[in-house]
Amino acid sequence: MGMTIAEKIIAAAAGVESVKPGDIHTVEVDQLMSNDGTTHLTIDMYYQKLTRPRIADVKKLVWIVDHNVPSDSPKTAAAQKKMRDFAKEHGIPFYEGKGVCHQLMMENHVRPGELIFGADSHTCAYGALGAFGTGVGCTDYLYAMVTGKSWVLVPETLRFHLVGKLPEGVYARDLILTIIGQIGANGANYKAMEFGGEGLASLTMSDRISVCNLCVEAGAKTALMEVDEVALEYLKERGRTPKHLFASDEDAVYAKEYTIDLSAIKPVVAKPHFVDQVADAKTCTGVKIDEAFLGSCNNGRLEDLRVGAELLKGRKVHPLVRFLVVPASGEVYRQALEEGVLQIFMEAGAIVMNANCSVCWGSCQGVIGEGETLISTGTRNFKGRAGHADSFVYLASAATVTASAIKGEIATADML
Amino acid sequence: MEKFTGNVWVLGDDIDTDIIIPTEYLALKTVEDMKPYAFSPLRPELAGKIKEGDVIVAGKNFGCGSSREQAPEVIKALGIRCIIAKSYARIFFRNSINNGLLLIENNQLRDVVQEGDTITVSVNEAISHKGKDYPIVSLPENLVEIIRAGGLVKAMRRQNGLD
Amino acid sequence: MGATMIEKIIERNTGKAVKPGDIVTVSVDRVMIHDIFIPFVADKFTEMGFSKIWDPEKVVLIYDHLVPASQVDDTRHFRVGNAFVEKYGLTHVHRSDGICHQLMPEAGYVKPGNVVFGTDSHTTTYGCVGAFSSGIGYTEMASILGTGTMWVKVPETIRVTIHGKMPQNVTSKDIILRLIGDLGADGATYQALEFAGDTVEEMSIASRMTMANMAIEAGAKCALFVADDKTAAYCHMDLTEDIKGLAADSDAVYVRELVYQAEDLVPVLACPSQVDNIRPVRELSGTEIDQVFIGSCTNGRLEDLMAAAKILKGKQVAPFVKLIVTPASRKVYQEAAQNGTLAILAEAGAMITHPGCGLCCGRTGGILTDGERVVATNNRNFLGRMGTSKVEIFLASPMTAAASAVAGRIVEA
Repeated sequence: MGMTIAEKIIAAAAGVESVKPGDIHTVEVDQLMSNDGTTHLTIDMYYQKLTRPRIADVKKLVWIVDHNVPSDSPKTAAAQKKMRDFAKEHGIPFYEGKGVCHQLMMENHVRPGELIFGADSHTCAYGALGAFGTGVGCTDYLYAMVTGKSWVLVPETLRFHLVGKLPEGVYARDLILTIIGQIGANGANYKAMEFGGEGLASLTMSDRISVCNLCVEAGAKTALMEVDEVALEYLKERGRTPKHLFASDEDAVYAKEYTIDLSAIKPVVAKPHFVDQVADAKTCTGVKIDEAFLGSCNNGRLEDLRVGAELLKGRKVHPLVRFLVVPASGEVYRQALEEGVLQIFMEAGAIVMNANCSVCWGSCQGVIGEGETLISTGTRNFKGRAGHADSFVYLASAATVTASAIKGEIATADML
Repeated sequence: MEKFTGNVWVLGDDIDTDIIIPTEYLALKTVEDMKPYAFSPLRPELAGKIKEGDVIVAGKNFGCGSSREQAPEVIKALGIRCIIAKSYARIFFRNSINNGLLLIENNQLRDVVQEGDTITVSVNEAISHKGKDYPIVSLPENLVEIIRAGGLVKAMRRQNGLD
Repeated sequence: MGATMIEKIIERNTGKAVKPGDIVTVSVDRVMIHDIFIPFVADKFTEMGFSKIWDPEKVVLIYDHLVPASQVDDTRHFRVGNAFVEKYGLTHVHRSDGICHQLMPEAGYVKPGNVVFGTDSHTTTYGCVGAFSSGIGYTEMASILGTGTMWVKVPETIRVTIHGKMPQNVTSKDIILRLIGDLGADGATYQALEFAGDTVEEMSIASRMTMANMAIEAGAKCALFVADDKTAAYCHMDLTEDIKGLAADSDAVYVRELVYQAEDLVPVLACPSQVDNIRPVRELSGTEIDQVFIGSCTNGRLEDLMAAAKILKGKQVAPFVKLIVTPASRKVYQEAAQNGTLAILAEAGAMITHPGCGLCCGRTGGILTDGERVVATNNRNFLGRMGTSKVEIFLASPMTAAASAVAGRIVEA
């Protein structure tokens, strides 16, 4: 019986011929990413719970300080210091203030065919390069850090055949939100979401990361894409080579298959307070906003910033809107600076921050107040996610977010 | 003339406004909300111990630093009846007058007083401590007017015909 | 008997001859209110019974301490501010353009000879263009908004004269720190500082701003520089006889005079936790650090960022050390982007934030924890100002800060 990409990666990591959904396998984990959201807790467990604390292979670890950067409180600073000191002591590859963890992983670490654990739910982003990335908690993380291994339950796979091409003014962000709206917030629970088909070729790496990154919002364990020329070129540019190139077999078995016509996708928003509350953006126009956010591991890449800048050129941010623009990494920041993209945002009155999770994480930067509304390219719109418990978050594409920032109310780019 | 006796808390030189109320808490809605954090960088326990009618005795340059008016307000809200310091920073001095917090300048008391002592203040006359009297220099007339009105807000209300 | 600068400015404002100690009522030319205090000003204004602002044109409202917001109630200040703007017809509002003290001179709100008050202690900054400016509380601000006037006691003046050429690694920050060390944190309380000498005449307006900004750290009511051609160019105005006439008379009486020779000055630090705890950088050389902050109304201007970039060019911030750069204003950010300064800083590994008060006001922007040490270019190193009371804050020039960031320890540039 044929296997899906997810099954093939697990089989390789487990050192077995084949696996099938429902099997539990002990696997060798290739990389272990952790950020300042939880690493301090892992370190506490490392010292307090283990009789013989050790690290299987420090080269497998990547630690990234990205959530509250720059630090907003002594508590945050203490957690980050614990992480920094531990990384220094053990020689763990370490980034601080260089960008959002998933973006840094894509830029510098992820290789096709790898099995990667990340102590962050959006680790599924790595599927854009054909790697099995999945989010884990501290205990799983610690076990893998100490032993180099873990166990996985082989997930069923949902297959998304992409056909056609996204229309002008419609983005990968609209695509994945539409899919989540269609299958629901638990539509892919424990499952892998696999993307392929001729439509994939038209998506840039930036688009692909955006799509895979958000799959966890449908409950997916991981997201995977076929590795094609676009992905290989990205890898080559960054001096990396694939570990394995896996494609699903002709006779692979899927739990369900969907055909998605990219040309039929329209600009959408996810309404408060769930990512699957997806609606045609046009049905929400006119909703007054207080803040707009362009950034995050989902939509803070150069391509996204260019979309915003193109719309903003020669226009101004609405005076009563705080438009927060946060590049996803230092590399994105520097490129955007070089291209003059950041300058356009500054000229228009936006607030341009250093690369970090910012208001997508919601605890330190651009926090919104009681009764306020944010339109965001971030990953989640849960109640209270961006600040006050009684506030509202709409998720949308870079274009819709920027258009709304200009208008002071939810608007699509064609309304400018 | 008004006269009161209070328990003494002793502080050092250059007690700055960030010690009195750190910036972190400045955007809390009310001065009441800020009270627990008063003096927290220096003596986190102090705010909880101060009782209505207590007196702060401090060294030179009390209230140096920022213009935050929450500094005198929070001290007043804690129940401090007056501050006796060797000297005051300018903005803090104005802010205190405008909020009706009594400030007394005295050079000697800080060096002889102990925390937990009691002192008696006869306003505009003298401070008594352990049988010794320290004279109080009176304030300029324009400030006395503001204090007489009960602070700047009340003075303005009167000017606007409200009281 | 001659008059000092502050006496002349007050005389020009009131039309009466004054001497130190006089209590006079001045007509206010401009006021600045920032985001932290606007709700309190609004409340007091209402409570005082005012229904309109004496002159909305003279009022500037600036959001800077809370940009970007870091706590859930922060944006309430913007909402209150916006409602105040709407109700009273304010036109000069900056919601994310940078730090108030940078914007006031930069955007042309302050001119030589003006009398300006702001709800922030570092309002002394505007003395860089020869204005009498001072910090006040929100109650007095509310009363000015209603009346347009304010009572002041005419201060005595301390004259500080600096001659000569500064060593290459010494900046105006080192001068003002040294002066604060010499005067003490209360050495100029209730008094005006007046700067003179060829060293300050040679200085840019930006460098003068640094010095005027920190005058409050010696307790000064204001700090004044004589308006000259540079001032006129900066303020987009002619250097009129009227303005020239604000320079002190040669027989003006000073309460104290200090004279420095620039060649004798060295890079210094204000050590924890008092701004007057000044020591030469050399004496602390080698002290390990965790973070460097370049920014604030004291030292977040283009020339500061350029001085740092010159040192950081082609180098990297030391491993495990953070460098946070917060430009003082949107204009500074844009100019630094334009001339390549930001690119150099970003290449070196700096985190560049949006212009605002950032770490200097201690709410976010790089807060530290017990046992950490920071070299910072801002104006205060008070206990707990940037995190816990066990954080050590060393104030320094942008040059010293940048050199220390590369070394991972305190070093002279």
